[in-house]
Amino acid sequence: MKILVGVKRVIDYEVKIRVKTDETGVETSNVKMSMNPFDEIAVEEAIRLKEAGGADEIIVVSMGEAKCQETLRTALAMGADRAIHVTTDAELQPLAVAKGFAALAKREDVNLVLLGKQAIDDDNNQSAQMLAGLLHWPQGTFASKLEFGEGKLTIIREVDGGSETLELDLPAVVSVDLRLNEPRYPTLPNIMRAKKKSLEALSPEDLSIDIAPRLKVIKVTAPPKRKAGIKLETAAELVDRLHNEAKVI
Amino acid sequence: MRALILAETRNGGIAPAVLNTVTAAAALADEVHVVVASADGKAAAQAASQVTGVHKVLVAEAPHYAHALAENLAALVVELATDYDYILAPADTYGKNILPRAAALLDVALIADICDIASADTFVRPIYAGNALATVQSSDTTKLLTVRATAFEAAAGEGGSAEILSIEAMPEFPGSRFVSEEFTRSERPELTAARIVVSGGRGLRSKEEFAQLDGLADCLNAAIGASRAAVDAGFVPNDYQVGQTGKIVAPDLYIAIGISGAIQHLAGMIDSKVIVAINKDEEAPIFEVADYGIVGDLFKILPELEAALDKLEQ
Repeated sequence: MKILVGVKRVIDYEVKIRVKTDETGVETSNVKMSMNPFDEIAVEEAIRLKEAGGADEIIVVSMGEAKCQETLRTALAMGADRAIHVTTDAELQPLAVAKGFAALAKREDVNLVLLGKQAIDDDNNQSAQMLAGLLHWPQGTFASKLEFGEGKLTIIREVDGGSETLELDLPAVVSVDLRLNEPRYPTLPNIMRAKKKSLEALSPEDLSIDIAPRLKVIKVTAPPKRKAGIKLETAAELVDRLHNEAKVI
Repeated sequence: MRALILAETRNGGIAPAVLNTVTAAAALADEVHVVVASADGKAAAQAASQVTGVHKVLVAEAPHYAHALAENLAALVVELATDYDYILAPADTYGKNILPRAAALLDVALIADICDIASADTFVRPIYAGNALATVQSSDTTKLLTVRATAFEAAAGEGGSAEILSIEAMPEFPGSRFVSEEFTRSERPELTAARIVVSGGRGLRSKEEFAQLDGLADCLNAAIGASRAAVDAGFVPNDYQVGQTGKIVAPDLYIAIGISGAIQHLAGMIDSKVIVAINKDEEAPIFEVADYGIVGDLFKILPELEAALDKLEQ
């Protein structure tokens, strides 16, 4: 089985983001960048599957600016076999990303695409679903468990109200949720080894895809701030305030 | 302008978030339709037809609509899309699963999780776990949107008398099959619709100790939520999770107990009317957003709080 895994370079999850004063976006210069945490889980799942003998090759893909190659190297150091970088400085929206992955899934003739369920920057939660639609493949979103059988896969999905189990024919697209696994850290020898692994650079034109944004970002602003309230000493005082002042109980 | 809402059927009716989605749709379109796709959609269609602001209800019935598989429902949305300027669904795991697939098939963008409508083609949506708001303008002729339910008032569930129209189901997608589902059963109000939410974090220490929130929730007729840390630690099932990747809530009163207030948790509850925090760490970020805070041992404060509420009751 051949697996395609998507990795996105995003502002590190521990960074407190700042909105630019000209309202054009979020400050990204001199900010620590990392692999989207959900994508780390996708990479880890692919590696575990390969280690268990269930996969032959793991191809990691990132789309975007030149520095995405750092993110791809991280994925290679975790254990992916080779990388493809679709290079562009243009703004990429989910539909464009899905078109890129659809072209690569066909080119590489993969059996499975694993993506994070959402990126922690634009919180879209769309690319996997869009990709599955473009390919007319089954989709399994928000996965918390995967089990592979002959030509098919059983997935447990996290849904409002509980969980749901589906059986999907391969090839399929899966988006992974937080509790699927705990990603490994790359070891130093593996980081060194990753430098020698293949990293192919392609342009959107090479894939004949239209990446033009469909949504125009008019502005990005900071949300209204909540003010810290008051500290109370006792539970009785709290109940009194909630009843007589806030009037919520 | 015409809008179509894809409505999830639930317990013989429609999911409560559909009511909030109707309000968003009514702000955009003068004619609001609802489509119900189910194995047996009559009761849900009846419920949808009574919602104030809904003009027509379309019902597509087929055995393969029983479990709302995205492949089947996206195909139905695509089939209906030409008649509409807007297609909406709540931004819950139902809408998020289905609408992006439909958007790709229609070759249009999906505008996810809108929390405000600026104009007929311009919408506001949270990004970076709600730490920024993006205002985006769509140039697509059919606009697909998922709606953050807590940002819009619920339309009245009665008073309407929409026409109900049966429509043909689309063929079944062959590659995906429903196997089973496991729903957390609870007598409590639903988390996203509750007036009061009591939420616990890692400070509760264990599954057994987390259960101590039951008493407080009983006193207040509250829903119970949890931080990601509490879910990851196995104290409660995943559907309790409030936050960027869990549920978004905005109750009148949110009581955070033993929750430090990570950015991704705040993203799920910051719009609550009144926030209370109980935590032993006075530096915990949750206190920066809490209207009322108590610094102290939650295991000592919880029984005191219950006692004080009992007293108030009397």
